[in-house]
Amino acid sequence: MKDFGYTITKQRTIDYDQFDGRLLNEILEMEPSFKVCLSCGGCTATCSAGDLVSFNIRRMNLLLRRGETIELESEIRKCMLCGKCMLVCPRGINLRNVIMLIKKSIAKYKPVN
Amino acid sequence: METTPFIWPFTIGLLFITCFLVIIIGIWISSLSHIDKSRIIHGILTPKSWLALREIVLESLLHRKIFRKNVVLGYMHMSLALGWFLLIVVGHIEAWIHYRTFFVPAYKAIFMRYFITGPSTTLSGKILAASMDLLLLFVLSGVALACCKRLNSQLFGLKKTTRLKIGDRIALYALWLIFPLRFLAESVSAGIHHNGSLISQPTGQLLASILPVKSLEMPLWWAYSGTLGLFFFALPVSRYMHIPVEAVLIFLRNYGIKVQKRIGGYSRIQVYSCSRCGICLDSCQMAHVDIKDTQSVYVLKHIRNKNLTDEKLFNCLLCGRCQPDCPVGLELNNLRLTQRIESTKEYNSSYDYLKNGNVAISPQTEVIYFAGCMTHLTPAIIKSMKEIFTVASVKYWFMDEDKTACCGRPLMQVGQYEAAKKLIEHNRERILASGVKKLVVSCPICYKVINEDYALPGITVMHHSGYLLGLLADKRLPVNKLSLQVVYHDPCELGRGSGIYHQPRLLLDEYATLIPMKNEKEASYCCGGGLANIKIQMNERNQIRDKALDEYLAYQPDMLATACPLCKKIFAKSNKLPIHDIAEIVYMAIRQNISMTQDQTINKKKIEIEIWK
Repeated sequence: MKDFGYTITKQRTIDYDQFDGRLLNEILEMEPSFKVCLSCGGCTATCSAGDLVSFNIRRMNLLLRRGETIELESEIRKCMLCGKCMLVCPRGINLRNVIMLIKKSIAKYKPVN
Repeated sequence: METTPFIWPFTIGLLFITCFLVIIIGIWISSLSHIDKSRIIHGILTPKSWLALREIVLESLLHRKIFRKNVVLGYMHMSLALGWFLLIVVGHIEAWIHYRTFFVPAYKAIFMRYFITGPSTTLSGKILAASMDLLLLFVLSGVALACCKRLNSQLFGLKKTTRLKIGDRIALYALWLIFPLRFLAESVSAGIHHNGSLISQPTGQLLASILPVKSLEMPLWWAYSGTLGLFFFALPVSRYMHIPVEAVLIFLRNYGIKVQKRIGGYSRIQVYSCSRCGICLDSCQMAHVDIKDTQSVYVLKHIRNKNLTDEKLFNCLLCGRCQPDCPVGLELNNLRLTQRIESTKEYNSSYDYLKNGNVAISPQTEVIYFAGCMTHLTPAIIKSMKEIFTVASVKYWFMDEDKTACCGRPLMQVGQYEAAKKLIEHNRERILASGVKKLVVSCPICYKVINEDYALPGITVMHHSGYLLGLLADKRLPVNKLSLQVVYHDPCELGRGSGIYHQPRLLLDEYATLIPMKNEKEASYCCGGGLANIKIQMNERNQIRDKALDEYLAYQPDMLATACPLCKKIFAKSNKLPIHDIAEIVYMAIRQNISMTQDQTINKKKIEIEIWK
């Protein structure tokens, strides 16, 4: 087929009736400080990994809350755990624990397919 | 040979504990790595064994380290350990002399006063019997102190004492009962057979005058033997396993065996050597925020009972403050790290994005400067270092000015050694590719990992405190003592972690006046920011910091100096005291010196104020 330069965008619908909140609930239960995130992006601005590659901790929050576990898993692997995000966070969120908890729980809740 | 039924609880207990110890220690030693086994084989016939024996006498019997902590506490431990040991040794000597053979069963020596019904006739027999009585009195004084300690630990210089589990309780009460029962049994026998000595004889006669001693004799000997047996059976499930295991540990340690990054025989020996004395509880700053169940003693207990949770394992700053205090000399931080490695080994990390670009630097470059992630949060340190390099005319390559991987240490502190290896390899290749032979690091966290794990042959790795001291010695930096009274906060990773205490102090002494403190060097506080703790909340970190600050403020310094960007960042948030890294202080002094030479008329103090702004 002739390539006219158009692409078909992958469907981005998230069906909240199918939402799997187990990972999110577990993280929020284990690290309640994550509930107060105001998405200011300070963590992302200072991130050492974000300096080298497209990596955005604020986006982690979004992926987690949307239940996009597969994407979350591949993203979270980029974190170097240096701890700068924790020090700049105006809400004092324990972000390194959030990352470690996600790493721990993700294998449990990742969809099989 | 004559015998009696009451010896059986003791004899069976002794047989059980001997077999148990031989089997379990055998399993631990056989699970050591080949290198460690060869260390034992090559060390066993060397002076190392004598050193180990000496250490056993000094630490396991005399309890020298506990004496240094508190004299009464030291006496309590010594009277129980040394007293009991000597009771066994002197008791056996007495039995060997009496029976004229070395092949005397243990029960004959332990229950000798029951079997030998006549008073000793020889002088040596009399001396031995008297010394046995005195030794028993010595041990009894220790038991009395131990009972007092359970009631009020503060009398012994301890703020806290450990909580006991059921096995510990059984063994503890058995241990407390053994010696009073022995004393009563021997006294009653002395009252009947007149075979006592200095103390047991008069006590026996007194008891005989008021009690029906003949009918009491057998029950008391049964009770004595029974508590001994009970103690032996409770030993494997109690903290008193440390008594036999500690001796093995001291030998292995002297042969050069260390805790590896995996759980193995030696780490188990270390865990079982913990006496749960609770001395580590006192030095732990987590107690300042009411976290009282994650200290080393409890973590070791949970490792032993196989019920350690991540919440407890990771709720520790790994500041290492408890380690110098441990009377057994356990590698508390490494033991915890081993568990962290085990707990996080399934976690995935991928740093495919790290690309080794060309390192193009000028051939005159003298040093590589690695600031570290944390230093990028405290730009004043970077600015000061850059200016100092310029003043000293040092050609440097700022390795992590932009887009550089983390050093890997924060990952290692939470057990992610495999992930950290990728970062280490990446950074290492860049350092080696530069061809520069000196690396200056501003962050103690980075310094520790680069110095210990990077394997950089021919490259000198220095923390900036040491490097600046070197520049000063080479007269490449001007000297100018500021009129500042400074207290120095030892960063954990630089002090206890890397053993660097003197260089920052020498440097500070040149540029300011250093106030000596009570809790410094090995006993220095943690700022509360330790990256090793992933569970602690920021407000708790702040409370730990404030507690340390309160002590610093009592010295009324003009400024708090440190050598770590993380400590600086944490302390700076408190706004109670100006805090500066030593690099900043050096830069301040140099700048003042330069301004002074430019314009002598300006008041020195005025410039200082200006610099502050």
